[in-house]
Formats: sequence, C-alpha cells, structure tokens
Amino acid sequence: MKEQIRIGCGAGFSGDRLEPALVLAEKSELDYLVLECLAERTIALAQKRRLQDPAKGYDPLLERRIRMLLPALKKNNIKLITNMGAANPGGGAARIIEIAKELKLNIKVAAVGGDDVFDRIDPQQNAMETGEPMANSGRLISANAYMGADGIVAALQTGVDIVITGRVADPSLFLGPMIYEFGWSTKDYDLMGKGTVTGHLLECAGQITGGYFADPGKKDVPGMATLGHPFADVFKDGTAVISKVAGTGGVINLRTAKEQLLYEVINPHAYYTPDVIADFTTVRLKETAADQVRVEGGSGREKPPTYKVSVGYQAFYLGEGEISYAGSNALGRAELAAEITSERLKKQFPAVQVDYIGISSAHRAAFGEHPEPYEIRLRIAGKADDPETAALIGEEVEALYTNGPAGGGGVRKQVNEVIGIISTLLDRDSAKATVKLYQS
Amino acid sequence: MKVKLYDIAHGRAGDKGNTLILSVIPYNEDDYVRLCSIVTVGRVQEHLKDIVLGSIERFELPNISALQFVCQKALSGGVTTSLDIDTHGKTLSYALLEMEIDF
Repeated sequence: MKEQIRIGCGAGFSGDRLEPALVLAEKSELDYLVLECLAERTIALAQKRRLQDPAKGYDPLLERRIRMLLPALKKNNIKLITNMGAANPGGGAARIIEIAKELKLNIKVAAVGGDDVFDRIDPQQNAMETGEPMANSGRLISANAYMGADGIVAALQTGVDIVITGRVADPSLFLGPMIYEFGWSTKDYDLMGKGTVTGHLLECAGQITGGYFADPGKKDVPGMATLGHPFADVFKDGTAVISKVAGTGGVINLRTAKEQLLYEVINPHAYYTPDVIADFTTVRLKETAADQVRVEGGSGREKPPTYKVSVGYQAFYLGEGEISYAGSNALGRAELAAEITSERLKKQFPAVQVDYIGISSAHRAAFGEHPEPYEIRLRIAGKADDPETAALIGEEVEALYTNGPAGGGGVRKQVNEVIGIISTLLDRDSAKATVKLYQS
Repeated sequence: MKVKLYDIAHGRAGDKGNTLILSVIPYNEDDYVRLCSIVTVGRVQEHLKDIVLGSIERFELPNISALQFVCQKALSGGVTTSLDIDTHGKTLSYALLEMEIDF
C-alpha cells in the first residue's frame, strides 16, 4: 500500500483542450491521469451514435486524445482513468487497443460498464424533475446510472494500464485509485468524503487553475492560452495538495479553490455520490506555496441506497434565426423585426422566444441603467416536433433581408435536434459494475 | 457607501436541472460576517425576481468564508431543453454580483 499518490486531471469536459493532459503526462510525474469527458447529455448523444454504428458510441475525441497521450503514459508508467467510454466502453477499449497496436505499444485496458440500465427503468415511474411519468416527456432513448468507484477499483486490481468507463460519478474517477492504492475501506465514509472533495476539486480540470475564473482587473490570471491543468498529491489520511506544472499558465489559490469547491453543489452539507454523502462544510483550504493549495478536513456519511439515473429522451427540434441591426434606432428596428417574425410564425409557434443580444439575452433581465448599445443582434427561437417546422424560424428571419426593417444583416439560421434529460432513482441491487479486459 | 456586490465578492454559477447554484465569496475573508447579514435570501430573491421563479436557499460556509445560494426554477426548464442562449445559466453569477448594497 502506498502512502501518497499523484493524480492529474487533463480534461474537465468532452470538448476540453487536448494538450494540457500531455503536459501533465510528460512533466508532472503522475501516478494517474484522469480525463473527465462526460456531461449530463453527452451519453444520450453517444447512445444515438451507437444506434447508427454499434462500434461507435464512445467519445468522439477519444482517438485524438489517446493517440497523443499513449506514448507518454507508457514511457512514464502512468495509469489512465477516463469516462470516454460514454455509451460504449467496450468499443472505446477496442479502439484504444487498435491505436496501441499501430503505435507498437503493449497495453492492457479494462472497460467498466454496468451503467446502462435502459432495460431496468419503468417509463411509468415519475421523473424527479417533472413529478410525472418519464414517458410523458418524450420517447426515451437512454438510461445510465451514475456508478461509483467500485468498478474502477475492480479494474485496477487486474493490473491494467487504462480504465475506460461509461457513466460514473465524476469524483469517483479520482476516488477509485485512492481506494485501490491506499487500501481504504469503502465503509470509511470520512475517507470516502475526503477523497470525494479532492475529486470534486480536480474534476473540472482548468476550473481550479484559473480557468473560468479570470476577470481582468479584478481576478487576473496569467498565461491563459497555455493554462496548466491540475494535479493533486493525495495522502493516505485523505489530505491533498493541489498544484500544477511549473511554467504553465494559470493560477491556483484560495479563490480558485473556493469557487471550484462550491461549483454545482446543491447542498454543501450533503453532496451525494454513489460512494458517500460528503460534507463540504468541514473542508479547510490553505495556500501553502505559489500555485499550491492544501485541502484538509472534509467528511462523509453512509452512501445513498439508490443510484441516480440520467434518462435521455427525444425532446424537440430547436429552430433559431439571428439578424443584426446597428447604428441609430438599432433597437427599434430589431423590435420591429421581432414583431413581424412573431406574427408570421404565430400559426406554427404560438410563442417564439425573442432575445435582444447586447441587452437582455444572457441574464433574461438587465440590472441598473444602461445606454442603448450601438448594435443589437436579434435572436428568434422556438420548439417544433419536426425539423421542417423548426426550419421555418430561420427562414422567416432570413426573409427579413428584403421584407423587414432597414439595415438588417448577418443572418444565421439553424435547426438542432434536442435531447432532454430527466432523472430517476434505481435500487443499488439493480445495477452492478462490470469489468472486461482488452490487450494489445 | 453604496457598492456593487461585484466590488467586494466573486463567485461562479453552476446548474443541476432547473436549479441555479450561485456562490458568493468575499475577496476579503474579514467581510464574510457582514456579507452574511446583508446578502440575505430576501435580498437575493428580490434582486433575481425576473430570473428565479422558485424558492432560494442560502448555505453558510464559515470554513471557507463563502455563501452558496441554491435557486429553484431558475433556468427556463434546465440546460437540455431551455430555449435561452445561455442554457446552463453560466453567465448568471454576474447577475447576482450586480446587486447594490450598503457596505
């Protein structure tokens, strides 16, 4: 059993930058690299890709990330843990093996599944969000349970180099190697809580190193074009020191750590994961050096009896159109354009959404007095049951070119299929992590 | 003196479904206790009345000198089905920081 391990986080969402993970793998003497790439809706979209091609359904950036990282991971003996398996961890593992063969590297990969519980949910059960049967929301297309660290621990026990999972709670990706390396009892809920705190601080990668933090003049962050992603030295007692590679951009301090600790936390006294109900109100943070924060405290109590399940459904087609007005009376002309478009569309869309970009589109309100901006971008959006109807919105906005107010320009229009997500709970006995091994 | 919350605190927005989560973190930890008495649930409810349609709960975190506001029915249905430009409500951290306070 080790006394201390070093875990880096090289990606905090599916579209994250690629090279910070390589910098971590090459320069920070990691034991583990984690890539967290699975948002709430990503897995439902991946499920759709798998339906079209049974070999697909893993993260679209898997190939690029793995091809770039594999040589450094192998050379420096770093284990990789990632949820890039998305809707098809086995398919993702098979692809990693193919890439390893091309690069003439011998590796072992474990695919951790068991999260796909589509055949075990009852569409007539109420969704947590709506209080109505899930089937009322639309055609259900995927159901994935947020699994815990246990599948990752089981995979690591087989001695693999890479663990690729489907849906796993984000902090569990980090807690897994801690349990495995320190021999922690999964019933020691204070340790599970401490490990979960560290995992939560790391899981969004750049969001603790100054990313999504900078505000020029108020919160200055140097070198954001080469933002370093974080790593933590985690100790057997559950304390951790979070840092980044020297020479990379960004900053780690109390402020960045506090913002990330509270990020997306609905109840700081009770942060639910499949491993523990963690308490963030007992965490202590301390700046111990430049770009270094020590994390102590943190605690937890017994894990919840159920898994949370994300259920994807076909929601609607989103139609959008945008047009710009600038100069004198820009807002007046944009408002007239909105009026015309709304009237033209009212048969198919009783209530289109109208946004004045530059005034009130982001906050749905404006606070305080503001002079009228020089230019306004009008956005019209609406929901439809089919793509043809959704397209009418962009068509009407485009037709403003010759039929609308003076001086409109820069029309963009688009139609997107929208997958919605609702949640339900599933008894723990109904889902078990599975581990399948692949070798190059 | 009248100041904006922005002048003395920073924060980040997060989302879970239709729930908006906003942290408020004073730059100076010594301001935490005063902020607790000024930035009440009532004040936030009034300030965000056009954005938050449900209830607001405030958590105090003296361990890190920070406040967390958990706002229900605040994201036009939530990230996956909202028609808003900012479906996550990520920009809304700065909506709260626009609040004017006597400090």
